[in-house]
Amino acid sequence: MRRLTALIAFVFSASMATAEAPVTTFTLDNGMDVVVIEDHRAPVVVHMVWYKAGSADEQRGVSGVAHFLEHLLFKGTKTLEPGEFSATVAANGGSDNAFTSFDQTAYHQRVAADRLELMMRMESDRMLNIQLGPEEILTERDVIIEERNMRVENDPSALFREQFRAAQYLNHPYGTPIIGWKHEMSNLTLDDALAYYRQYYAPNNAILLVAGDVTPDEVRALAKEYYEPLPANPDLEERARAQEPAQTAERRMVYRDPRVAQPYVMRSYLAPERDSGAQETAAALSILAEILGGGQTSVFTQKLQFEEQKAVYTSAFYNATSLDDTTFGLVIVPAPGVTLEEAEAALDGALAEFMTEGVDPEQLDRIKFQMKAAQIYAQDDVNRLARRYGDALTSGLTVEDVQAWPDILQAVTAEDVMAAAQLVFDRKQSVTGYLMSEEVTQ
Amino acid sequence: MIRFILAFALIVTGLSARAEIDIQQVESPGGFKAWLVEDHSIPFVALELRFKGGGSLDLPGKRGATNLMVATLEEGAADMDARDFAAAREAIAAELRFDMGDDTVSVSAKFLTETKDEAMALLRAALIEPNFDETAVERVRQQVLSNIRSDAKDPDEIVGDVFYADVFGDHPYGSAHSGTVDSVSGLTRDDLIAAHQGALAKDRVYIAAAGDISAEDLGALLDELLGALPETGLPQPADVDVVTEAGVQVVPFDTPQSVALFGHKGLERDHPDFFTAYVLNQILGGGGFEARLMEEVREKRGLTYGVYSYLVPKDHAALMLGRVASANDRIAEAITVIRDEWAKMAEEGVTQEELDAVKTYLTGAYPLRFDGNGPIARILVGMQMDDLTPAYVTERNAMVEAVTLADVKRVAGELLRPDQLKFTVAGQPVGLDTPGQ
Repeated sequence: MRRLTALIAFVFSASMATAEAPVTTFTLDNGMDVVVIEDHRAPVVVHMVWYKAGSADEQRGVSGVAHFLEHLLFKGTKTLEPGEFSATVAANGGSDNAFTSFDQTAYHQRVAADRLELMMRMESDRMLNIQLGPEEILTERDVIIEERNMRVENDPSALFREQFRAAQYLNHPYGTPIIGWKHEMSNLTLDDALAYYRQYYAPNNAILLVAGDVTPDEVRALAKEYYEPLPANPDLEERARAQEPAQTAERRMVYRDPRVAQPYVMRSYLAPERDSGAQETAAALSILAEILGGGQTSVFTQKLQFEEQKAVYTSAFYNATSLDDTTFGLVIVPAPGVTLEEAEAALDGALAEFMTEGVDPEQLDRIKFQMKAAQIYAQDDVNRLARRYGDALTSGLTVEDVQAWPDILQAVTAEDVMAAAQLVFDRKQSVTGYLMSEEVTQ
Repeated sequence: MIRFILAFALIVTGLSARAEIDIQQVESPGGFKAWLVEDHSIPFVALELRFKGGGSLDLPGKRGATNLMVATLEEGAADMDARDFAAAREAIAAELRFDMGDDTVSVSAKFLTETKDEAMALLRAALIEPNFDETAVERVRQQVLSNIRSDAKDPDEIVGDVFYADVFGDHPYGSAHSGTVDSVSGLTRDDLIAAHQGALAKDRVYIAAAGDISAEDLGALLDELLGALPETGLPQPADVDVVTEAGVQVVPFDTPQSVALFGHKGLERDHPDFFTAYVLNQILGGGGFEARLMEEVREKRGLTYGVYSYLVPKDHAALMLGRVASANDRIAEAITVIRDEWAKMAEEGVTQEELDAVKTYLTGAYPLRFDGNGPIARILVGMQMDDLTPAYVTERNAMVEAVTLADVKRVAGELLRPDQLKFTVAGQPVGLDTPGQ
C-alpha cells in the first residue's frame, strides 16, 4: 500500500499537458449547427451529419422505422442510383456507414481531406431528396429483419435485455428496441419511412461535424454552399416524448432460454441523465459506476470476485448521455454452484456494505486521474472525439456542456458520489432480471 | 548505445492523401529491433509487442494453457497481487492489454510520457515475473470456463469449432485455443509457467512504437523491459495443407437464424500472388456494399445483413473463408447464390470496371490508416510479422496498381475452388441437401 500512495503522489504532482484539439462551432442561416475539430497530423477527415431524431422519436406502432429509414438513405436520391453513395465514397478511398440510436441517427464518412466537398454534396442531397421504389423497400425490410435475427433473435442475452428494458420504462419510448419489435418491423411501409423522413430530416434538426485535417474556414465555405441552401423545416417541434410516471413498484422478471450457457442477474434503476448546465449528478453517477464496477480494484470485483468468490464477473454501467431519463445498472454472473438468488443477495450485500463504508479516497483519485489521462489518449482518435460531440449535441447538451464535462468530473467529491448513490438506488424504480436456461441445473 | 540502422522519410500516396510517416528502425544496445514513428504532439506512447506462436504452442494435453497464461499475466506479478497490480496501473492511467490468437501473443500498451518508467516497470513485471498464484489462476480459470460454456451455445462459435476440427483434426488449429472444460480444468500452475516460458521469448518478439519517445529512449526501455526474457521458446507447430470437400455440413442447433462458415485452401502471405488474391477477394466479398457477395445476397435479395469472404494466411496454413447468416428458411438460397458467385468468379474473373474501382478504393484508403499513434504502432508491428520492410509503405499502392485483369483472372481460377467449397452451418436450416454428411 505504501508503494501505491507514493505513485499517486508522484503522478498528481506532475503537471499534465492537456492541449485540447481546437474546436470551432457556428450555425448556418437555416439553423444547422456546425462543429469543426482540427487534427492536422494525418490528411484525413471524418464528415458526419447527426440528426436529433432516433428511435425514441418514432410514432407508436412503427417501431424500427428510424433504423429502417437509415438503411434506405443508402438507396438513392433523385440524382444518385441505389448504392451509388457508398460506391462513390469507396471509389474515393473512403469508408462510410451510419447508425441509429434512441436519441439520434448519424451518417458518417472517413475520407482523404480533399474529398470533403464530395461528401458534403452527397450528404446534403440525401437530407431532402431520397427516392425509393416499392421493391427496394421490401428487400431492405428483409435485410433489417435479418439484422434483428443476427443481433437479437439469435442471442438469448439480447432477447432478455429487450424484455428487461421494456419493463424498466413504463411509458417512455426508451422501452421499445431501436431495431424495432419483430411484429412491427415486418409491417413497415414506404409511407412510414417517408413520414419519419419528412418530419425529422431537415437542416434545423441536424448537426454537421467535421473532424481532422481541415480548417474551420474551409468547412464554413463548403457548408454554406451545400447545406445552407437547404430549407429548414418550419414545423419542427420541440422534442417532447412521453415521460415516465412515478415508478412505485419494483419489477422482477425471469427470461428462460435453452441457449443460455451462463445465467446471470441484471438490475437497473431509473436514473437522471446529463442535463444542459446541470451535469453534476450525472458526473457523480459516472464515477459511482467506475467505483462499483470499473475493473479489478472496483468494489464489486473486490467483494464479490476476490473476497466472497460468489461471481465470475460483475459490472456496473451508467449511460450518462441521454435526452431523457437513463438507467444505472448492475450485473452479477455467479460463480459455479452459486444460484441466481444467492448471487443477487451477494450483490445487494456488497451494495449495502458500500453504502455504509463509503468511497475509498485513493480509488476516487485513481479514477479521476484515469479520466484526465483519457482526455490525452482521446486526442489520438479524432473520430471518437467527434462522436462525443455528436452524441451530446443530439442528447440535449451544448458544446459548452461537452467542454465543461471533464472539469465537472474532476470536481466530484466522495460526498457527491454517496448522495448520488442514495438518490439512484431506489428499488421502487428498478427492474431485476434473471437470465437462465430452461434446464434446472442451478 | 542506440544505433540507427536507417531512417526512412516515407510518403504514402494514395489517390489524393499523402501521409508522411518517418519510420525509424531502431536496435537497442541489448539487440532488440523495433520500428518507431516519433511524434511529440500528444504526450503519450503506444507500444505494441507481438510474440509469434500463440495458442498453437500448447503442449499435448494442455489445450488452453497459453490462453489461461495470457489471461493471468496481469493478475499479480513480482511483489504485487492482482489488486496491487491493478491499483498501480490505474494510478498512472496506463493501458496494458494482453491478448492471444492461434499464432500470436499480443501486448498493447499506452502510457503517458510522464509515467513511462512506472508503466514499463509494471509491464515488465507482468511479462517477466507473473506470479500465477493459486487464487488468481482459479479466478481466471472460472472466467475462461464460463466463456467456453457460452461459446458452446453460440452458433457463431459452433460453426468455427466444427469447421476447423474437420479441416485441421489434431493440429492445434483444429480446436479452439481457449481449450475445453476438461483441458482447462486440468491445467496446473506448472503448466502456466511452462506456457509462459514457451511463448514469451526473445527469438520471437516483434516491436513497434509510435508517439512521444525518442529512438534512444525506446532502446533503453526495451532492454529494461524485455532483457530478462528467455532466449528461445517452444518450437512452432508443423505446416498443414488445407484439404476440403465441397458440401454442406449441418450442426443442428435450435435458433432462428442459421450461421454458415465456408471456405477452402487459400494463399500464404508471402505467396507471389497474394496481392492479386487480396484484390480479387475485395471484389468478391470484401467489406463494402460493392462486393459481389454483398450485392447478390443482401442488396438484390435481402437474404442477410452481412456476407463476407476473406483470406486467412495463418502462419502454418492458408485458408480462404467466408461467413453469412440467414433465417433458417432462407439460408439454403443464400448458399446457392454464394456457390454460384464463387464459380462465376473462378471461371470469368472480374471486370475491368470492378478492378479499377477496387484499386481506387484500396490505394485511396491505405494512407488513411495511418491516423494516430495507436493505429501506426499496430500497422508497424504487423508489417514486421509479415516480414515486410519499411519501404513497403511506399511501394504497397504501386503493387495494387500493378495488378492486371489477366492476373486476377488467372489467380481467380487457381484460388477459388468451387469443387472444394465446404460449408458448415449451425442452426435449423430448411432445404439444404447435405452431401458429405
